[in-house]
Amino acid sequence: MKIKVYVPSDTTARSLGADKVAAEIQLQAARKGVEVTVIRTCTRGLYWLEPLIEVDTDKGRIAYGPVEQSQVQSLFDADFLSGGDHPLGLGMTEQIPQLANQQRRMFSRLGVTDPISLEDYRAHGGVAGMQKALELTSQQIVDEVKASGLRGRGGAGFPTGIKWQTVLDCDDDEKYIVCNADEGDSGTFADRLVMEGDPFALIEGMAIAGLAVGAEQGYIYLRCEYPLAEKILNKAIAIAYREKLLGDDLLGSGKRFHLEVRLAAGAYICGEETSLLESLEGKRGLVRAKPPLPAIEGLFGQPTVVNNVLSLTAVVDILANGGEAYQALGMERSRGTMPFQLAGNIKCGGLVEVPFGVTLRELLYDYGGGSASGRPIKAVQVGGPLGAYLGDSQFDTPMDYEAFAAIGAVLGHGGIVVFDDTVNMAEQARFAMEFCAEESCGKCTPCRIGSTRGVEVIDKVIAGTEREKNLTLLADLCDTMEVASLCALGGMTPFPVRSAVQKFPEDFVAEVK
Amino acid sequence: MTEQKSSLQTIISLSDVQDIVDESKNRPGALLPILHAVQKRYGFIPNSSVPVIAQGLNLSRAEVHGVISFYHFFRTERGGEHTLYVCRAEACQSMGSRELERHVKERLGVDYHGTSADGRVTLEPVYCLGNCACSPNVRFDDDVYARMDNQKLDELLAAHGVKVGEVTP
Ligand SMILES: Cc1cc2nc3c(=O)[nH]c(=O)nc-3n(C[C@H](O)[C@H](O)[C@H](O)COP(=O)(O)O)c2cc1C
Ligand code: SF4
Ligand code: FES
Repeated sequence: MKIKVYVPSDTTARSLGADKVAAEIQLQAARKGVEVTVIRTCTRGLYWLEPLIEVDTDKGRIAYGPVEQSQVQSLFDADFLSGGDHPLGLGMTEQIPQLANQQRRMFSRLGVTDPISLEDYRAHGGVAGMQKALELTSQQIVDEVKASGLRGRGGAGFPTGIKWQTVLDCDDDEKYIVCNADEGDSGTFADRLVMEGDPFALIEGMAIAGLAVGAEQGYIYLRCEYPLAEKILNKAIAIAYREKLLGDDLLGSGKRFHLEVRLAAGAYICGEETSLLESLEGKRGLVRAKPPLPAIEGLFGQPTVVNNVLSLTAVVDILANGGEAYQALGMERSRGTMPFQLAGNIKCGGLVEVPFGVTLRELLYDYGGGSASGRPIKAVQVGGPLGAYLGDSQFDTPMDYEAFAAIGAVLGHGGIVVFDDTVNMAEQARFAMEFCAEESCGKCTPCRIGSTRGVEVIDKVIAGTEREKNLTLLADLCDTMEVASLCALGGMTPFPVRSAVQKFPEDFVAEVK
Repeated sequence: MTEQKSSLQTIISLSDVQDIVDESKNRPGALLPILHAVQKRYGFIPNSSVPVIAQGLNLSRAEVHGVISFYHFFRTERGGEHTLYVCRAEACQSMGSRELERHVKERLGVDYHGTSADGRVTLEPVYCLGNCACSPNVRFDDDVYARMDNQKLDELLAAHGVKVGEVTP
């Protein structure tokens, strides 16, 4: 019997040498005359252990990692194919503490299955959500999503069921489902993991959304920084068409849903939903004024659901296992689980899917193991480049939309970027303004001009030129940007800037080298 | 991945551009897919292709230019054989990307958007490659390389035959 060895093949694992490891395993196996099937999976999200390889044994899957090509020989010598002892041995994969302590619902298949095997997907609970949806009326599907309490995972946390209801209630013939796969925030990679590691879940979620609101066409707007995700999605879509998960006759029901990937072109602002729609229409990604809401007048002027990758993926589990089960997890008005992403200067970075309510400190230390450099953690930016910088006194805040809003911060897409005490917060504040200037769509003055002025003012502060006066000017500028910008790029850039000044004032008085 | 780059066509054929336009012009919102296809073929969007695209989609040339210039990814001039993207975003900053940026610029002797003197590499900034738990990251053509440092970067460039300048300390 052939022994199964699992080697991840997603961007992260490959960026750390997984392809070479896979090839070396084949080579050594051939040399030794043992029959091995290497199955290319996706990372489990335990990045510090990548490349993490797993072997199927009668007890279950046993993990080794992080494996370098040069160590493969010694793994064979230690008989890893039957779970032999080796310094890189990690025991049963599912029992690695950081993984065992997670509650994976959206990511239950991540790293377990072959991403583009539909048989694997079905064998691990896939397609059940769509089957359920096909038995329900549109209103019943929307009700199930409402019952789950799901809030959009793309950043703003708007209730998904309510958005869907608005689109369902429009009686237009043409409606669209648009998946926002622009994932531009630093510190976020969960969307990519869905697309590279469990693409059928996104496809299924979008088809369910189509059934829920009466839309027959979907688009995935994918950032062009993710070429591997594009390939995998397109492969999975082709298979889904063949197996009637997409097309004119969904699982033989006579219902239709079509899906296409559209590539973005490297503009951060195109993650904002109205700018995204402009871009999909083939225009410059200028932000539209709201109202009208995209749910009423969206893509090509038609009612459109715009949802993040994770929101659409969560729907699969909600339909398969019921909205109630989902709603039972979480805290207050943040229900279910959230894939938090630990990034930057962190020892055990990667994906942590747990219910809302976990504290930032637990994520940083229990899951993350503290900083990668071993130095004290000084600042943590949560929620992408528009999120506030938090200091140690705020680390006990529970991860919940409202609890974060209460401290002037945002959860956003769940990205957590860690800095140790070597960071200079004036430099970070300057970068926030620089980023806004670089990525502004240019439609309104406070954002377009304000951010450029912001960089200049911070430069003066750093240089020690009339520091007090310039800090006051900076505060005024932030106020103007916040209240007078059309969208959150200009409106929220003040969050990281102000938090840096307020919480780390010492960095604004010393010279930056 | 070098397959993509080595298959680039260097001679611009307007009838090829016309084919690309004809193939896609009936898709809703066809402009971006067309621009991507043109850039994929030539490595940039030649000026001469703009009237063909504009006519095919019933747009003015100014509109097409406006779209090209809005997006960071589209290039209007031929780049090097390869593209090196260095991540400038926060998670990479926290692990030393600012130093890496300085090093790369010195080694290649160019600033962002510039091409090394041997024509091998164009240097581009990128804001996050989605690999932020293994920072700092760079992307060379379609492949991402994690936990970069100055030495690994030099090795990567050397492996692709890029001549790097001496760094003056
Ligand atoms: C500047 C800016 C960038 C954004 N980028 C993204 C993004 O990359 N992905 C995303 O899903 N939402 C992004 N959003 C939020 C979207 O506008 C929108 O709220 C979201 O796609 C709705 O989906 P959800 O309800 O499923 O969260 C961004 C918003 C702003 C203002
Ligand atoms: S705030 Fe900035 S990005 Fe948003 S609409 Fe105004 S100019 Fe465009
Ligand atoms: S910030 Fe560099 S990869 Fe995300």
